[in-house]
Amino acid sequence: MIGIEHYVVVSTILFVLGVLGIFLNRKNIIVILMAIELILLAVNINLVAFSAFLGDLTGQIFAMFVLTVAAGEAAIGLAILVIYFRARGTIAVDDVDRLKG
Amino acid sequence: MIQVIAFYLFATLVIASGVFTIMSRNPVHSVLWLILAFFNAAGLMVMVGAEFIAVLLVIVYVGAVAVLFLFVVMMLDIDFAELRAGFIKNFPLGIAIALVLLAELVLGMGAYRAGILELGTPDGTAAPLLGETNIESLGALMYDRYLFLFEGAGMILLVAMIGAIVLTHRDLKTTRGHQNINKQVSRRPEDATVMKQPEIGKGIEL
Repeated sequence: MIGIEHYVVVSTILFVLGVLGIFLNRKNIIVILMAIELILLAVNINLVAFSAFLGDLTGQIFAMFVLTVAAGEAAIGLAILVIYFRARGTIAVDDVDRLKG
Repeated sequence: MIQVIAFYLFATLVIASGVFTIMSRNPVHSVLWLILAFFNAAGLMVMVGAEFIAVLLVIVYVGAVAVLFLFVVMMLDIDFAELRAGFIKNFPLGIAIALVLLAELVLGMGAYRAGILELGTPDGTAAPLLGETNIESLGALMYDRYLFLFEGAGMILLVAMIGAIVLTHRDLKTTRGHQNINKQVSRRPEDATVMKQPEIGKGIEL
């Protein structure tokens, strides 16, 4: 039978994959944003699984707020990306040092 | 039995699509793998009885966020091969950090298994309503105990929307066909028109 451990393992692997994605694609900020979405998805799976197995709906409410913040973060992140590309013509993260002073 | 098969199917697919999301050469493929990961995660959530979150995942993530990613990836003219330059170089460090993180998480789970950690027990105030569907129980909780948090979430979305619009909005003067009302109103007839009384049979010089 499928228990809570199975869900925790899946979400752990997904979380680690997201962190790995940030390190592997250090130059490509679009893939970094996607890796952050993967991390948030792993967190959501965890919250929903615990909420279901403990019989407490607060976890699902929380998952909804995580979803909300993830959507806002993606929108703002991509907007910053678009204006940065307009100004500089590239999105390589290494070149982002204008605030260095 | 069917539950076990479905779980392993969804779990395998969500992890495989996660791997392909971070490994793909082409970011468009990454977005498509991400969409597959969201679909399978929604399947996992349906299996534990959280239908509302599953549907929300499909609507919000697949319908809005992933499509937003797709638009941005396809709109920007970027040399993605150049951005992949450090992929091989970063691989050992990335794997090492991922393994350390995984080991820590496994250690935590092992500690729980060994009985050192104890999970809290729910106090029952947020238990699913008896005989109601998932969405009705969630709604009763969200519009009662978490009403202000819910409105706060709405404010976050509003601020994000206004921020994204303000950031990407271009000044209209740079585009063609811009109407300068001040210039239009201050235009005088004597500047704009010339009266001529041409003789018959002769041309007119402007």
